[in-house]
Amino acid sequence: MTLSVENVRTSRKVLAEMEYTPAGIDKGYSGKSLYVNLSEGKIEPKTVTREMKDIFTGGKGFGLWYLWQAVTPKTKWNDPENEIVISAGPIGGITQYPGSGKSLVVTLSPTTNSIMDSNVGGYFGPYLKFSGWDALELQGKSAKDVVLYIDGDTGKVTLEEIELETGASHLVSEILTEAFAESEEDKKHISVVSTGSGADNTLIGLLNFSWYDPRRKAVRMKQAGRGGIGTVFRDKKLKALVVRFSGLTGKNNNPVDFGKIQKAGVKIHKEINNFDDVQCRMRQAGTANLMTTMNDYDLLPVMNFQYGSHPEGKKISTEVFISKFTQNIYDGCWYGCSMSCCKAVDDFELKTGPFKGEKVVVDGPEYENAAALGSNWGIFDPDFIIEANFYCDTYGIDTISTGTMMAFIMECYENGIIDKEITGGLELNFGNQEAAMELLHQMGQGRGFGKIAGLAIRRMKEFFVKEYGADPDFLQDIGMEAKGLEYSEYLSKESLAQQGGFGLANKGPQHDEAWLIFMDMVNNQIPTFEDKAEALHYFPMFRTWFGLQGLCKLPWNDIEPEGNKQLEEANKVPEHVQNYVDIFNGVTGKNIDKEELIRQSERVYNFQRVFNLRMGFGKREHDKVPYRSQGPVTVKEYESRAERYDGQLKELGYDPESMSTEEKVKVMRQHREEMYEKLMDAVYLRRGWTNDGVPKLETLKALGIDFPEVVEVVKNHL
Amino acid sequence: MKIVGKNESECILCGTCESICSEHYFKEDNREKSRIQVSEIDEDPGVDINVCNQCGDCIDACPVLALSRAKSGIVILNRKKCISCFNCVGACPTDSMFFREDEDNPYKCIACARCTKECPTEAIFMEEAEL
Repeated sequence: MTLSVENVRTSRKVLAEMEYTPAGIDKGYSGKSLYVNLSEGKIEPKTVTREMKDIFTGGKGFGLWYLWQAVTPKTKWNDPENEIVISAGPIGGITQYPGSGKSLVVTLSPTTNSIMDSNVGGYFGPYLKFSGWDALELQGKSAKDVVLYIDGDTGKVTLEEIELETGASHLVSEILTEAFAESEEDKKHISVVSTGSGADNTLIGLLNFSWYDPRRKAVRMKQAGRGGIGTVFRDKKLKALVVRFSGLTGKNNNPVDFGKIQKAGVKIHKEINNFDDVQCRMRQAGTANLMTTMNDYDLLPVMNFQYGSHPEGKKISTEVFISKFTQNIYDGCWYGCSMSCCKAVDDFELKTGPFKGEKVVVDGPEYENAAALGSNWGIFDPDFIIEANFYCDTYGIDTISTGTMMAFIMECYENGIIDKEITGGLELNFGNQEAAMELLHQMGQGRGFGKIAGLAIRRMKEFFVKEYGADPDFLQDIGMEAKGLEYSEYLSKESLAQQGGFGLANKGPQHDEAWLIFMDMVNNQIPTFEDKAEALHYFPMFRTWFGLQGLCKLPWNDIEPEGNKQLEEANKVPEHVQNYVDIFNGVTGKNIDKEELIRQSERVYNFQRVFNLRMGFGKREHDKVPYRSQGPVTVKEYESRAERYDGQLKELGYDPESMSTEEKVKVMRQHREEMYEKLMDAVYLRRGWTNDGVPKLETLKALGIDFPEVVEVVKNHL
Repeated sequence: MKIVGKNESECILCGTCESICSEHYFKEDNREKSRIQVSEIDEDPGVDINVCNQCGDCIDACPVLALSRAKSGIVILNRKKCISCFNCVGACPTDSMFFREDEDNPYKCIACARCTKECPTEAIFMEEAEL
């Protein structure tokens, strides 16, 4: 059977269904969540309690709470009781403030074996809520591939078998959008969540959340990328989720004070219109605006994070990507996003793989993808990056993990740890485009060495040691993963605060908790351990809040109001913090202030830490990081920045002229590792945790999350 | 296309244009709801007349294609399509896309010419402009 709209429509076979009356939204909440058990074909509503709203707020908070109830300390990612929970949060779906359409996804990860969360654009989360559901819980495993369809217009949820014989996520999204829409105009009312064959064949599968772009007349996709959520999705035999909602207005959340939201929204729309072109240029370049800056400031990961810049970096500069992206077109992944950073390359002709010769719309590349699939592999060809980006998305594999993992493989190859025989003939030297693209296809299709690569770094390290006698210490130093998650694409080795930003992050080294490099390394604004600890308290808590609400981080500080730089706490962008307080109060009718905003996050953040603890992680030993993230592992790496490092050693009382580079690497390492230990001490103290990284009972009590099952977990570790 | 032209030095701040506009479009005499806004300013000539010049920058900012040019060239908002994001307000280079807390949708001058017909001093008038 070929993939066509007609075949999809006629092959639909309903396995289970539930009719319902969509709950009206009140102050940002529907008050109901949707539970689906795929093993039993059970679909049922649950009530969202007032306590849930008060303690967990929504979004990621709801996801963590439902997952906590679903699993036991023994549950593994591929056990039926593991859940994927998707939730938008109370602010999610407002149209007046940029970046307000995010879905938060929570599950047990196949790569970390602990809690994973991901923040993703596209229309699914808001449409899910407006269809009557504050959250969607997916538990159990289906026997056959299934599609879950939520029709918010008619009030019906169906679990269906549909013939979708493709492993290409972009086709699944397109075909389901076509099949479920009644007309071209109707397509914007559909959002699809799907993944591709890479999620069947690797542990780093992602989920694509779609939105319809009426100008391009194309289905676009945003990614819940980190930690293998797509792999869990396919393990449950989910092929896709489809939601339909056609009643969008600017007031679906039934906000208490529309004027307050409108005022904050118009203010920031004007800021973006007036200043974006001279600040971050998000509307022209998206997050790829960082490419030139990162290369200039020695922060762009080059060749597995060994180096921070490269002379060929100019070939993949911001300007190059601007020239590739279609300009002057609305590119918001949710309605009303004036930041409009979801750039796309139109009519891109693919040169390799199953879609060779076809012209496609490629979403991005965003900064992370350009660095991950380019400079970190020693590749400086923008068209290669765009093609790799397309295939990662349609195979359904995380660009960041793919990038960091491939960089690790390349360094292993260059060091003779693996060879051509092991890789099936692929010469995986840095810069080898052909070999890198072939390995990407092998991962996506489950062939050859791709099956090993798809295990991701932590398991590959074990495999290389066991099978090929690799030196485990060296692999630990250069394998850029912590907690089992691959690092995202910033060089942290010259910023102690950012080492903590990555290493202390709850889910693993992703930059969404803290990005402190400029504050720390470039502007020297947080010189003491206490300063760094304060930053590593405030910013992770503040950024956690976006995930509770259904918000995007970018409009917070990728645009700044006039005069912000002159303010004492410019890094916090105080006016925008007030905007967030206002829109939360405007939607919910509550009366929080900026301090309560942080407390909302602290409750969820500490709960997540305890949840990690419950699953056998979440302590000091789990916050350790590979030395590549802290300093120069090799002589060559040291010598690439000899002047800087020699200067630092002089400040520490050493005489670099009288030392060999090996000796300098050793003492530098000793110093930096000590600094990281001291940083952990300071941060744990600031967060109200023990010196082993466990939240203290008084901390939990002060936050009101000292319920018996939480205390039970923690007290065993105090 | 014909747009509303202005000669601010002739304006006597009588507010006739604003009353006519708000009465026609909002059925109330409320100058704050007018699609043409006249105000006294310190700089010469002492008056600012804010009215859409139909440049169309707002069209590109609309996520749902609710803004478009009519056959006449005038930029119009389809309120049935509008989802109240107010992106267009932010995108307007002359601040001539207006909004109010008690209105779900933004609003702008559509060059209907009602105000120009009643202006006692010809401070506003219809004039030809190129697209």
